[in-house]
Amino acid sequence: MEYNFIHSLIDNTILAIILITLLPLGFVVIYALIAILGELKIASFVQERLGPMRTGWKGTMQPVAEVVKLLQKEDITPDAADKPLFNLAPFLMFAGAFAGFAVIPFSPFFIPANIELGLFYLFAIGSLAVIGLVMGGWASNNKYSLLGAMRSVAQIISYEVPAAMAILTVAMMANSLNLNEISANQSGWFWNWYIFGGPGPIWKIFFIPFTIGIALIYLVSSLAETNRTPFDIPEGESEIVAGYHTEYSGMKFAMFFFAEYANMFIVASIISYLFFGGWNSPFGDFLNYWWMQPIWFILKSFFFVFVAIWLRWTLPRLRVDQLMYMSWKVLLPMSFLCFLVLGIYMMLI
Amino acid sequence: MTANEIYEKLKSQFGESILEFTDEAPSDPFIVVQSNKFFDICLFLRDDETLAFDYLVNLSSVDYGEKLAAVYHFYSLTFKHRIVLKVFVPRDNPKIPSVETIWRTADWHEREAYDMMGIIFEGHHNLIRILNPYDWEGYPLRKDYQTPEEYHGMKVPY
Amino acid sequence: MGEKRKIEIDYSQLDSERMRLNVGPQHPSTHGVLRLEVELDGEIVTDVVPHIGYLHRCFEKHAENMEYPQVVPYIDRMDYISSMNNEWPYIMGIEKLMGIKVPEKVEYLRVIVAELNRIANHQIAIATFGLDAGAFTPLLWLFRDREYILAILEKLSGGRLLYNYFRVGGMANDIYPTFKEEVLDVVKQIRKTMPEILDLLINNKIFIDRTANVGILPADVAINYGCTGPMLRGSGVNYDLRRTEPYSIYDRFDFEVQVGKGEMGTVGDCWDRNIVRYREVLESCKIIEQAVQQMPTEGDIKEAIPKKVRAPKGEIYCKAENPKGELGFYIVSDGKNNPYRIKARATSFNNLSVLPEISKGYMFADLIMILGSIDIVLGEVDR
Repeated sequence: MEYNFIHSLIDNTILAIILITLLPLGFVVIYALIAILGELKIASFVQERLGPMRTGWKGTMQPVAEVVKLLQKEDITPDAADKPLFNLAPFLMFAGAFAGFAVIPFSPFFIPANIELGLFYLFAIGSLAVIGLVMGGWASNNKYSLLGAMRSVAQIISYEVPAAMAILTVAMMANSLNLNEISANQSGWFWNWYIFGGPGPIWKIFFIPFTIGIALIYLVSSLAETNRTPFDIPEGESEIVAGYHTEYSGMKFAMFFFAEYANMFIVASIISYLFFGGWNSPFGDFLNYWWMQPIWFILKSFFFVFVAIWLRWTLPRLRVDQLMYMSWKVLLPMSFLCFLVLGIYMMLI
Repeated sequence: MTANEIYEKLKSQFGESILEFTDEAPSDPFIVVQSNKFFDICLFLRDDETLAFDYLVNLSSVDYGEKLAAVYHFYSLTFKHRIVLKVFVPRDNPKIPSVETIWRTADWHEREAYDMMGIIFEGHHNLIRILNPYDWEGYPLRKDYQTPEEYHGMKVPY
Repeated sequence: MGEKRKIEIDYSQLDSERMRLNVGPQHPSTHGVLRLEVELDGEIVTDVVPHIGYLHRCFEKHAENMEYPQVVPYIDRMDYISSMNNEWPYIMGIEKLMGIKVPEKVEYLRVIVAELNRIANHQIAIATFGLDAGAFTPLLWLFRDREYILAILEKLSGGRLLYNYFRVGGMANDIYPTFKEEVLDVVKQIRKTMPEILDLLINNKIFIDRTANVGILPADVAINYGCTGPMLRGSGVNYDLRRTEPYSIYDRFDFEVQVGKGEMGTVGDCWDRNIVRYREVLESCKIIEQAVQQMPTEGDIKEAIPKKVRAPKGEIYCKAENPKGELGFYIVSDGKNNPYRIKARATSFNNLSVLPEISKGYMFADLIMILGSIDIVLGEVDR
């Protein structure tokens, strides 16, 4: 619909397509700046200090300062690194993250591409980031990076399974893979959200623990997908210096950075429209104007980004084998259980 | 047990290897020991039931002019008594049996004594320098040590 | 710039099973300049060889050319986190040789500053241990608490980290008028904020998973390797120099020696050592409160300082309970102005030597945790 809207404004097809791609990119950049500032300030509030205060009003221009700093750094490539792979890796990772923005519905009107398999596409394209990561770790010709890359492959692939089960559950409850439809199903007041069982009869209360469980499973698995603490061993700062991005500097490091924040936003937005109603207002028809819906969606996603940042500065890091244990022996059986119960629930209504 | 009793016990066991016993306040009392049966003396110190010195507190090396000395401080956690042993070695042939298989503390301490004073501990599995760079020449804590002029092209006396 | 070099890799020498990783002198987690050569089999550590000496300043040679009081700043810089405790055994040794009896006020003041420094040291130990595990927040909270202690010590001695405060027979400066109230305030503050670390870090499930049953140090291995301090007490051995051989006036205070009991895993693992340090902070608070109450206010700090510090001929080994373990000085004196030989028996030197023994068979991430739980300071290891 967005394409039609823009195409009606500008008659040129190619220009409209270019504009459509640039809009999410612009959003990603603005979001990344806000997220960097948010991370620094939230970290300082958790740690009882003030954080950046000098750049701009109380530190608000700090992200600009960071971007400028990264841009003007020297781009060092190690001598023995595999040049094509080394240069390609950050951009591949960012591409994997950015391609997911094509199907995110900011409102029923603002979707770059309204495809029927939105959820499936999103999940599949997110795995592209792993390739970028492994390429970066391998091509650096550095034992630390190799360790980081190996660990991250194991981590991301293991945590994709519980995440997929969670997504499958919601797809089953919503009867569709189209993201727009999933959000539209949750219209009404907040008790229609899928975390509370979706639109259904009153005795869905008995199944609410399972929906909350599946939402938590997805939250934890998605943290592992984006390499955030407590699952940040690929970057494990204290052990292997900086993991797979040890050897990167300047703009390429900035790309890894951006990719991580973009991934965080995609994951937060998945949670918000799978479980928390997407662009619907929680009060039914009150405040549900067409211009308010993107704002609701962005607010919900930002809340989950805030939760991810908050967790990063509170919890210590898990060890690799404990990570694997948690994924295969804890999250996966729990997700199967929830899937089973919610399947029974769907058959009953 | 007091230091005197420990000295008597060692003397009765090892005879002429135990040379002398000095006890003047305020210094600590110490026993001077010959280096030839030193390993057996230390084994006896650790394994005897009434002595039970299971803790080697300190191993220093001192340069006394004509002779070098290695000073061992022992402590027993069960009986809470202490003793000091000294071994004198000539300057041109400083060899002492290593006790690192008895107390693993001695591993690094003997390497440091070798590094700083040049005392060679026979039987040590890896007697290389520990604090100085591995290819340093000279033994810094000796009284007649001259700082080398340069090391790998860098000027040493700053 | 030069011309481009082609890197030649000799593929015939590559061992496809074991990887040799260099945790180099510069690393966020090695607590200083320490180089560890680690041999890895996948993620399992098969051998660790520590290389030390990067911070070797050979103060023992310098000490032979200086007078006795001039050595004190050098001794500060050994364990630079708890400098007050460093100076004490050295000063005690000289006082014993010279036969000086120190006035009561000086003894109490020494106990107070030593215990304050013990708290400061343990705060850093717990904070950096959490940092190795990936928890960034306890570091900031503990450093904020440490600032209160450093403010008091700065008012006393003039320095925040390195003090040069002890003198033979007394101290450098007298206490300032509000000293006792401020110390009691700080102790109260620390008692209030330390339990937050229990909730945030020590009893956190993830942290317990990382540290329990990791780096188990059996008691006899610890004694054989000469480990002292929280390493030895964490393995269940009840050996604290302030209790077994009380020096100064420690026999007047009522405190408990904290011993690891294996609450979350086995006795002697990293969690035990950490909790011993945590509880020792609270014990130090008790000692400080008792000392402040019993301390006489009148009296001259400097009345027993001799005009010329010249130790008679003799040798002595004097020891004290540093926060990290037993710090001892073997002083050989020949009656002149300068010491003939000073040997510092450093705690971290012995504590670090046990690292290859207790880290074999664990994963690489555990090696970092074990190194953090030993709590070394390279200034002491290398002197």
